[in-house]
Amino acid sequence: MVTTNRMEVKNLNFYYGQNLALKDINMGIESNKVTAVIGPSGCGKSTFIRILNRMNDIIIGSRVEGAILLDGQDIYAPEVDVVEIRRKIGMVFQKSNPFPKSIFDNIAYGLRINGINNKGEIIDRVETSLKNSALWEEVQDRLDANASELSGGQQQRLCIARALAIEPEVILFDEPCSALDPISTAKIEELINELKEKYTIAIVTHNMQQAARISDYTGFFLLGELIEFDKTEKIFTNPAKKQTEDYITGRFG
Amino acid sequence: MTTLERNEKLIQLALLMIALSAISILAIITLFIFKEGMPIMFKYGVNKFLFGLDWYPTEQSFGLLPMIIGSLAVTAGSLIIGIPFGLACAIFLTEFSSLRLRQIIKPIIELLAGIPSVVYGFMGVIILVPFIREHLGGSGLSVLAASIILGIMILPTIISISIDSLQAVPRSYREGSIALGATKWQTTKMVTLPSAKSGIIASIILGMGRAIGETMAVIMIAGNAVSIPHSVLDPVRTLTSNIALEMGYASGEHRQALFATGVILFIIIMILNTIANATAAKQRTK
Repeated sequence: MVTTNRMEVKNLNFYYGQNLALKDINMGIESNKVTAVIGPSGCGKSTFIRILNRMNDIIIGSRVEGAILLDGQDIYAPEVDVVEIRRKIGMVFQKSNPFPKSIFDNIAYGLRINGINNKGEIIDRVETSLKNSALWEEVQDRLDANASELSGGQQQRLCIARALAIEPEVILFDEPCSALDPISTAKIEELINELKEKYTIAIVTHNMQQAARISDYTGFFLLGELIEFDKTEKIFTNPAKKQTEDYITGRFG
Repeated sequence: MTTLERNEKLIQLALLMIALSAISILAIITLFIFKEGMPIMFKYGVNKFLFGLDWYPTEQSFGLLPMIIGSLAVTAGSLIIGIPFGLACAIFLTEFSSLRLRQIIKPIIELLAGIPSVVYGFMGVIILVPFIREHLGGSGLSVLAASIILGIMILPTIISISIDSLQAVPRSYREGSIALGATKWQTTKMVTLPSAKSGIIASIILGMGRAIGETMAVIMIAGNAVSIPHSVLDPVRTLTSNIALEMGYASGEHRQALFATGVILFIIIMILNTIANATAAKQRTK
């Protein structure tokens, strides 16, 4: 089997102060596939995904050991520009967090900070990313409205549009549907399915059915360790480890 | 009616009485100032008070324009100095400094608000006024000296309220911005500051209120000459200084004219506050 791993995690240890939060994680994130990370609360899955675009840098006293490769380049190497990394690896958060600006400006912001000031280009790219996030139909007549007027699901799709606008290579989703109703969730899942044609996707979810529905690969985390990592189909039908089986059959978690 | 319900009613009534008495004391003070100050303004004409240039209160000459301009000049000057320094300090402490540094410095800054104004005035007389006299000319007692000292005096207000409103900006806004590849400064300038705008404007309004109402420090360093200043090195008298300097010996119409000064000060502050609040409200709805 020839795999093309867009990202590769090698012997990753992560500390909060003295606390070892993630222990010796090894996994690959394949191009144009959806990789899901599941596990009970507090298992380190959110911490893990935030390490992938260096969001945990802002946490004082945290420390990373090992290597995270993006196209073979270690994103934690000293010569790497962290801003550049975050532009290549976008992120959508658990709680939708549109800026208190208009719908248009929410998306244009990412373009402007990336040095795109041409008005026509900004307008084009705002429209494209809203279409790609399946929000265009609903907001095209009110791009000047404040983003806070949108519903929860729309806000989350706006955050996805915002991430898409700067054309990242990888998009990380940190429990993107945990605050949404089933209909909004279905829309986001459908969207993720479409996005994998163009992007590489990693998603954290506490919802096992969601992981089973949308992902190609699944990693199961427990107490800071990656217990099992395999094709989603295998994890959910024939897991190799006892703990994985216990978790997916609902015996704990 | 049960005992519980009756107690509830009693407490409600007591709280209402206390709230009303606090408000009515303010209302009575306002009424008193207007009652003492308005008649003389109507007797000699409101225009003479607002636009008259000469202040000889014992000879029926009650021009307050130099003092109005004096008050506005030192207030504007203090804001020109206080806003950039205060905001820069608040931004540094919330966005760029370590938590430890902020925890040490913020209480110290808040302590500065508790220093009596006469001490600030004293520092002005001893250090700032001679410095201006030697290096820039004039007597040193000037608009500039008053602006600098008032600018420093309003720093604690601006800094501590701005810090509070910057800290109230949800972390998720900053994370969203950083995840898009924004630098810290881009995030601060384009996401955090606009989100905290109404709180920052409130801090400036409060600072402005303190500057325009400050009396003691200004009397000590502004020179108190009743003339319209032509440069920042000229001395001025503010409306508050005018009242404080002359109330001790004024009587009759002179005394009433000082109340009229109070009325004008009151109205100026009301106008400035309304403008500032209206801008803040406009920013919020945007």
